[in-house]
Amino acid sequence: MIEVSNLTVRFGGVTPLDGITLTFAEGTCGLIGPNGAGKSTFFNVLSGFIKPATGRVTAFGEDLLSMAHFKRARWGVRRTFQTEQAIEQLSVFDNVAMIHEHSGLARASRRADTLAAISFVGLEITPDRKVGTLGAAERRLVEVARAVVGAPRLVLLDEPAAGLPDKETVHMGEVIRRIPEQTGAQVILVDHDMSLVSACCGVTSVLDFGRLIASGPTAQVLREENVIRAYLGTDTPYETVPV
Amino acid sequence: MTAGQLPTDEAPADPPAREQIPAAGFFSGAVAALSPRRLDRRGQAHAIVTVALLAFCLVALPSILSTYYVDAMTQVVVYTIVALGLGLLVGRVGLVSLGQAAVLALGAWVATRLLFATSLPYPIVLLLAGLITMVLGTMVGLPALRMRGLYLALITLMLAGAITVVLATTNFPNGGSGFLGYNSNVVHTPAIRRPAIASSDAAFLRYSIVVAILMFLLVVWHLRSRPGRAWAAIRQSEASALAAGISTTRYKLWAFALASFLTGVAGGLLAGADRFLYSIDFQPQDSITLLAVVLMGGIYNVWGAVVAGLFMQFLPPLLTSWNVSPYWLTILFGVGALQVLTTAPAGIVDQLPKDLARLGRFIFRQFRRPVPSGGAP
Repeated sequence: MIEVSNLTVRFGGVTPLDGITLTFAEGTCGLIGPNGAGKSTFFNVLSGFIKPATGRVTAFGEDLLSMAHFKRARWGVRRTFQTEQAIEQLSVFDNVAMIHEHSGLARASRRADTLAAISFVGLEITPDRKVGTLGAAERRLVEVARAVVGAPRLVLLDEPAAGLPDKETVHMGEVIRRIPEQTGAQVILVDHDMSLVSACCGVTSVLDFGRLIASGPTAQVLREENVIRAYLGTDTPYETVPV
Repeated sequence: MTAGQLPTDEAPADPPAREQIPAAGFFSGAVAALSPRRLDRRGQAHAIVTVALLAFCLVALPSILSTYYVDAMTQVVVYTIVALGLGLLVGRVGLVSLGQAAVLALGAWVATRLLFATSLPYPIVLLLAGLITMVLGTMVGLPALRMRGLYLALITLMLAGAITVVLATTNFPNGGSGFLGYNSNVVHTPAIRRPAIASSDAAFLRYSIVVAILMFLLVVWHLRSRPGRAWAAIRQSEASALAAGISTTRYKLWAFALASFLTGVAGGLLAGADRFLYSIDFQPQDSITLLAVVLMGGIYNVWGAVVAGLFMQFLPPLLTSWNVSPYWLTILFGVGALQVLTTAPAGIVDQLPKDLARLGRFIFRQFRRPVPSGGAP
């Protein structure tokens, strides 16, 4: 359960997040919106890279924003980035194990947990392979394995399937759907692929120009008029476009 | 340093069973890094060649060489250790330091002072010189960590200049008293002492090689364990390293500390190698030359440091013995660094074997050509 209240981020004259109040219930929640809606900014606030001007984020009853950014990983915040972040010179095993290594978990369980995470995402390769030798889809799965190894509490997935072919996207969707039941973590999925969001998320929230414009059951939200308008760009209030 | 993205991190004797190391204990990890049992055939060949080369350098080389080249090789060993530290900073963490020669001077100063003031065994002096230099180098690194790239390089260059200026006023200890240990009134200053087991030049070269091997093991052990993985994450992307729970500040400082420790130990060896040290021996531009040769040698492979050491300290005496001015090397290093950065970012240590293999194939084909070759292309 993640509770966000009145979250505002300002960069000079731009307000990428404007008074967001939002609750992410258990399971996998979707967060969608057109480019520049503030989705990545929201993730950056949760990761600690951006300090919000106002607002609170309470995660499982704890004040997330008061934690130093690298300590959030120890607490259980995991994330994938839009750009590939798996470390090329390290093996798949080391890539996943190093997250475990820095999350304050017992060393004894590291090997088993790491291998479990690798098999959870369905990577059918030897864990000794260097990530630099893997294909795009496999690298994405390594990143998801990094996000779920050990004891994650909040998993932020930033376009995990962007650019993947349909078959791999379907597999990615299945993996994402299983994360909450497998790990008990809260998952927030940002993606532009509505079929993936529909397949994974029971509840979806929509951002547009830094404001929350809709929130509710995914199928219902995707039919809402202002959501369609935000995506298709008709009748957009251009005077509010931040420059 | 856009070269950072290359997946050419071929540390020597890379065991295929790397995945067992994180689960293994502290020392078994280090042992596994060197244990031949876990190597595939190529790795075994690699390890055998390495051990044979080391044995040759350790046993035969000091006896074969003339005193002139024994001295030169000792300098090579010293600068190999310095290059190892700088290569670690640049290649593994992406921190460009232009002050390593000044840090070396610092280490040499501390070691000289300790060697004159105390009768501590030489290895202890080396260790202390390393540790004290580590503390000083880390203090220098602390403010510098807020900077990156060019700005960090500039700050380290300024600090190198500052250290050089300070050393020019304090001079190197020469057996005098007081904190600085410098006596300006003597004509015949005593030589800096050497370890009893390595009082001759050849023995001191052997001694230095052993110390260098220990330093290499220290670095390889770091690279194969927690800090090595954290550095790799930081080099790939600082944001993702933070998101992975890595305290980037701590691990950058750790890299600074390790590089300073290595350089301090190298300074301790330099004191015993030169036996008389003067401030003028350390010039700020040496740091720049050092960066150039480290880049040429290769920053993603610890063996690049050996190439760097040879470039820095073997080529000048070689040219001098041929009556060629070693100042020409500055031009060569400049062109070489440019060439490496544009065409072979992983350095000579990565490129040369590839080129040799290509040459080998080319020669092989030349000899096979005479066999009737119908319509072969």
